[in-house]
Amino acid sequence: MAVATFALPARIALLGNPNCGKTALFNLLTGSRQKVANYAGVTVERKEGTLHTAEGRRVFVLDLPGAYSLNALSHDEAMTRDVITGQSSEALPDLLVCVTDATNLRLHLRMVLEARQLGLPMVVVLNKMDRARKFGIAIDEEGLSNALGVPVLSTVSVHAHGADALRAFLDRPVEATIPVPWSAPKLEQVLATQQEAQRIYQQTVTEPAVDKDPSDRIDRVLMHPFWGFVILALVLFTTFVAVFTLGGRLTDFIETGTGALGGLLMDHMAEGPLRGLLVEGVIGGVGSVLAFLPQILILFLFILALEASGYLPRAAFLLDRPMSKAGLSGRSFIPLLSSFACAIPGIMATRTIVNWRDRLTTILIAPLMACSARIPVYTLLIAALFPDQPVSGALVMVGLYTLGIVAAMAVAWVIKRSSGDRSRSPLLMELPAYQWPDLRSLVIGLYERAMIFIRRVGTVILALTIVMWALCTIPSPRSTTEGTPIARSLAGEVGHALQHVFAPIGFNAEISIALVPGMAAREVVVSSLGTVYAINGDPGDVENRLRERIATEWSLATKLSLLLWLVFAPQCLSTFVAVKRETGSWRTMWIMGGYLFGLAYLASLITYQLTTAITSL
Amino acid sequence: MNGSSAHPVPLDQLPEECWASVVDVLVPINNRDRGLVLRLVELGFVPGERVCVVAVGRPGREPLAVRVGHTTFALRRHEASFIRVILQP
Repeated sequence: MAVATFALPARIALLGNPNCGKTALFNLLTGSRQKVANYAGVTVERKEGTLHTAEGRRVFVLDLPGAYSLNALSHDEAMTRDVITGQSSEALPDLLVCVTDATNLRLHLRMVLEARQLGLPMVVVLNKMDRARKFGIAIDEEGLSNALGVPVLSTVSVHAHGADALRAFLDRPVEATIPVPWSAPKLEQVLATQQEAQRIYQQTVTEPAVDKDPSDRIDRVLMHPFWGFVILALVLFTTFVAVFTLGGRLTDFIETGTGALGGLLMDHMAEGPLRGLLVEGVIGGVGSVLAFLPQILILFLFILALEASGYLPRAAFLLDRPMSKAGLSGRSFIPLLSSFACAIPGIMATRTIVNWRDRLTTILIAPLMACSARIPVYTLLIAALFPDQPVSGALVMVGLYTLGIVAAMAVAWVIKRSSGDRSRSPLLMELPAYQWPDLRSLVIGLYERAMIFIRRVGTVILALTIVMWALCTIPSPRSTTEGTPIARSLAGEVGHALQHVFAPIGFNAEISIALVPGMAAREVVVSSLGTVYAINGDPGDVENRLRERIATEWSLATKLSLLLWLVFAPQCLSTFVAVKRETGSWRTMWIMGGYLFGLAYLASLITYQLTTAITSL
Repeated sequence: MNGSSAHPVPLDQLPEECWASVVDVLVPINNRDRGLVLRLVELGFVPGERVCVVAVGRPGREPLAVRVGHTTFALRRHEASFIRVILQP
């Protein structure tokens, strides 16, 4: 007879339905000791971390992608199934922590029963226990544990000590077991499991006669066919006003800081190429990019909070019908909204779209949503076009955002038409109960997105600003002594060559030069223009003087043409990398770059030629 | 008692704000729909369970927001049509 072996768990995995509060629990358990990456070879997010047990032992935690069932419908669910059935390269966990929402046990019990069949050591966690108590839901934990044949614990992932029971449990040895092979259940088996779940639920859970969850009452207003849209419009309006006003103020603050740093170096370093590189290249370039980090973060704060509260899925529901006119579904809403902050997390968020064609379309149009990186250059040009006219300026800004959205919908419509597929993709989207966002998870989510941006600043953008500075400083071998220093530099040579392409759309040599690095990262367009026009000084001052020169030296047609160019043109290397990574296809990446370039050139050409014709009448 | 309420109707034809209980689930012919219906059963659309359409998209009642147990799901009418329900008196 085999002797049962017991060991302390060193490796645990969190399994649970989406919206069970699993990620909040993972954040509570691991705090900042977590790492986010992808599973080998697939674009499914892999979150791992370490936690300390009650006795201080370190335990490895894997936060599996949320899954309603092991009978997978999405890549996320397939990954979860593969990990816990031992079909992936991941080691099987020593203990499976099955996380459930105590306020929604009826739904989550089925997953517990399904996971139990795998034969892995398991513990069931009743999460959101505080909410269950508030709603008057009583759960007989001992009875539940007896019925399931596995230990049951309760947690509150929004309290600092809410997971202490789990931490203590992890100091107890678990019996090593032999996993049972998994096979996809048939409808009859699913129905049988559901019957058992229902039976256990009725034995162990007591609900109040009247449901105390206010979600249904809130939905009557927020999903109302008229008031729902009014509120959605107000929510989006408030979000963008906050980005521009609050974000703008913080941006000024950062610009003052980087300006002071540049001034300090100017005062204390000897004049020479190194000082030029540091002050104009590094601090001027990187500083002007970092300056709109607040705007990205404020937009993401709103998106994360609205998503965690349960509102965004409702907004997606409301917009499903309007978006279907363009061949998309409501599921594309959240990725596209995120793209207004930055296209890269937006493209990554398309992973929740199960239908591949819908997902591809959403990825292709995501760069048309005006990301925060466009704000500085839009602001500069609008200020030059409409000096001292804040209302007209704001209207033009709204117009540029709208133009991007309209173009995106048109492109989506064309893709839908040309694919010839008229079928509607299934929606099957949970509208979870409303709740207050968990502060810890908000901070961690915000940090993750900020790091995507800061990593770009430290790599692509830093490199570009240095190269740009060098090109503008190093004289061309064929240079004469005539003209401005920039005209005699290598950059001047490049700009001259580019004139053949860009002259028909009204771009002079200076703009052409600045657009080259701008295609890799649109954030550097303003600082590149500054470098090209050889305006030295702190970043805030550069913008003022640039605006004056643009206002006086560029024709109206050129200014409008450049604005249109900036709405459409491919201007972000990192987005290209993200598209290649998410779709696994170079072809898709080039198709996106090609259509954006074509659209930008066409729009600028029409704008420039028309405006020139009208103004010369 | 209203005689017509005793007849099962597909979930997509259930009027808003009316509680009904699931009678049975039709098994679709095509594979993709079968996967979807299996998922609906896993999400709690099982015989005896109470359901209610809490909101609908306009025009055309697409999509539907359906309350089942403690959760609300957004479904297309196509998926919902495989679930047959009976109005509760």
